Amino acid sequence: MKICVLVKEVPDAAVQKKIDPSTGRMDRSGEKNLNPYDTHAIEAAMQLKESGAMAVDEVVAVTMGPDSAERALHKAVSLGADRSIHLADDSLAGSDVAATGYALSKVLEKEAPDLVLLGQQSDDGECYTIGAVVADHLEFPSLTQVIKIDVEGGTKLRAERQAEYGYDTVEINLPAVISVGDAINEPRYPSLKAIMGAKKKPLDKVSAADSGIDAAKVGGDNSAAQWTGSSEPPKKEAGRIIEDEDTAETVDQIVAWLDERKLI
Amino acid sequence: MANILVYALQYEGAFNKNSLGAVSEAAKLAAEIGGEAHAIVVGQGVSDDLAGTLGNYGATKVLNVEGPEGLAQPVVDAMAAAVAAGDYGYAIFGGGLLGFEVGAGLAARLDAGVAMEITAVRADGGKLVAERPILGDSAISQISFRSDVGIIISRLNAFEIKETGGTAAVESLSVEFSPFSGQATMITRGEQRGADVDIEGADVLIAGGRGLGAEEGFELCEALATAFGGNSAVAATRAVVDAGWFPYAGQIGQTGKTVAPKLYLAAGISGAIQHKVGMQGAENIVAINKDANAPIFEFSDLGIVGDLNKIMPKLTEAVKAKKGA
Ligand SMILES: Cc1cc2nc3c(=O)[nH]c(=O)nc-3n(C[C@H](O)[C@H](O)[C@H](O)COP(=O)(O)OP(=O)(O)OC[C@H]3O[C@@H](n4cnc5c(N)ncnc54)[C@H](O)[C@@H]3O)c2cc1C
Ligand SMILES: Cc1cc2nc3c(=O)[nH]c(=O)nc-3n(C[C@H](O)[C@H](O)[C@H](O)COP(=O)(O)OP(=O)(O)OC[C@H]3O[C@@H](n4cnc5c(N)ncnc54)[C@H](O)[C@@H]3O)c2cc1C
Repeated sequence: MKICVLVKEVPDAAVQKKIDPSTGRMDRSGEKNLNPYDTHAIEAAMQLKESGAMAVDEVVAVTMGPDSAERALHKAVSLGADRSIHLADDSLAGSDVAATGYALSKVLEKEAPDLVLLGQQSDDGECYTIGAVVADHLEFPSLTQVIKIDVEGGTKLRAERQAEYGYDTVEINLPAVISVGDAINEPRYPSLKAIMGAKKKPLDKVSAADSGIDAAKVGGDNSAAQWTGSSEPPKKEAGRIIEDEDTAETVDQIVAWLDERKLI
Repeated sequence: MANILVYALQYEGAFNKNSLGAVSEAAKLAAEIGGEAHAIVVGQGVSDDLAGTLGNYGATKVLNVEGPEGLAQPVVDAMAAAVAAGDYGYAIFGGGLLGFEVGAGLAARLDAGVAMEITAVRADGGKLVAERPILGDSAISQISFRSDVGIIISRLNAFEIKETGGTAAVESLSVEFSPFSGQATMITRGEQRGADVDIEGADVLIAGGRGLGAEEGFELCEALATAFGGNSAVAATRAVVDAGWFPYAGQIGQTGKTVAPKLYLAAGISGAIQHKVGMQGAENIVAINKDANAPIFEFSDLGIVGDLNKIMPKLTEAVKAKKGA
């Protein structure tokens, strides 16, 4: 069986994220990293493989992004993926969720995975919807925000997730698309050996044409959701900040603040 | 002319408040662009009477579909069928979780654009423009649609519920579900993990997050809540509820409760948007976090940068002393 894990390169957590005001797109000039939520998806794939719960022959990391996104794939294979695919094409830049999901689904179609895993959200766009788009194109059943996966009889999953009324348990036949919540596992750290070996694992770079992507459906200009401007949110008065140096003093200040507002 | 289709999420005989808000908003917007707001309900044996109550929020027509509950893909099938048979320019979803999955699936099905986390929508020349706060609410982007149908998924509590006293015609719509949407089956839905705690009625909420380090960390929150006494309670983030440290009934946020206490005090909570949407109505927001860059400080009235393990016990003693004084 084959598991494909979707991974994305995002601005590093330490970078102040900003939008380029002329295009409405993310400014991606700073330090970048693998989307932290995606490490949970890779870990979930590794646990399914290593536990033998599924007869997994291969874990394949897939990304769509600019040249630099290759580093996110190196990180993904250092965490255990066997090989990776990089969908890179200038025509894809600025794609919205619908176009990104469509493009990824074309790459996945060729791979014919039994399971597609992805993160709960990206750290930049935070749309949490790529899974549902990909699933509809692949015509696979799907669930997002999953925090527990049990395999039943090798071909069926029992998945748990929190939705708006509490926890749901859902049975899903493979092939399926699952986005995992960050509570599903504690991702491992890559070993030094794995980091060194990452560049030796096969990495396929594919274009939009290679993947059979209809050029009229992708890219910023062809996307159906168009960024048409931005504005400043209403300014909230900045709160007071206390750096805790002497805790007794800090606590006195908190109590005085609460007392002034008759909260005690 | 274009009508607006709203997905009305229903569970155990009641409509989700966010869906009702979406119906009200759609009715307002439809009037502005010269169309009608219609709602679609998917469920097992949902009575036409219940479906018809959506008229009171501004829907002129309700499509009642017999189908599985709690799963997104059957709803995508139903909404795609409704769009094929009707004249719809937009589909709107209330905040939560299922609406994100349905809206995105529908975008794929219809080759449509989707905007999510929307806090406001305005009509402009007969078209809708959606506003989405981005990057930790530091900017608001405007999104419009080039597709025949534009899909708008709102943020939790974005739209106000307005009762109109109106009535809606209820029509049943029979839907042929796609084979893949039958490949997922709900086994149990809406399981309430943990004790039934009440956080909605509290004046003081001491909320704990992953920064508490372990389930035992909640003892610090309990002690502080007890020191405040009166109408105080302990609440939590999804991260710690998913981890089993605290009951689901005490969770604030997008897939939990919405609260508006007099005082909300966060210990070890980063302040993710999905948490913020459930507590930003609190009158006074206090946060203790060891990371000076934690997003929660952006919307706190009082922020304390420090280790909660040092601060919470001393604060509890000081509150007790103040109370005793
Ligand atoms: C601030 C901001 C706001 C935006 N708002 C909108 C909007 O309202 N509507 C809209 O259509 N587009 C929007 N976009 C564009 C959208 O973010 C991109 O299309 C993006 O490629 C996909 O969305 P996401 O990263 O938010 O995905 P999410 O759905 O949050 O990501 C979930 C998972 O999908 C996988 N994934 C996501 N992208 C890729 C990729 N490129 N390659 C491989 N795997 C991937 C990862 O596993 C990730 O964890 C916005 C972008 C930004 C930066
Ligand atoms: C679709 C969807 C729905 C969601 N619904 C919800 C929801 O309903 N409610 C919700 O809460 N979340 C929800 N989330 C999750 C949300 O995005 C965040 O992941 C979550 O709120 C984070 O919880 P946290 O603040 O406890 O943990 P973290 O984000 O890990 O933050 C922990 C914080 O503790 C601080 N800390 C650590 N140690 C200490 C110490 N010793 N002293 C002081 N501070 C310390 C850290 O600096 C950090 O800021 C949802 C996510 C998605 C994608």
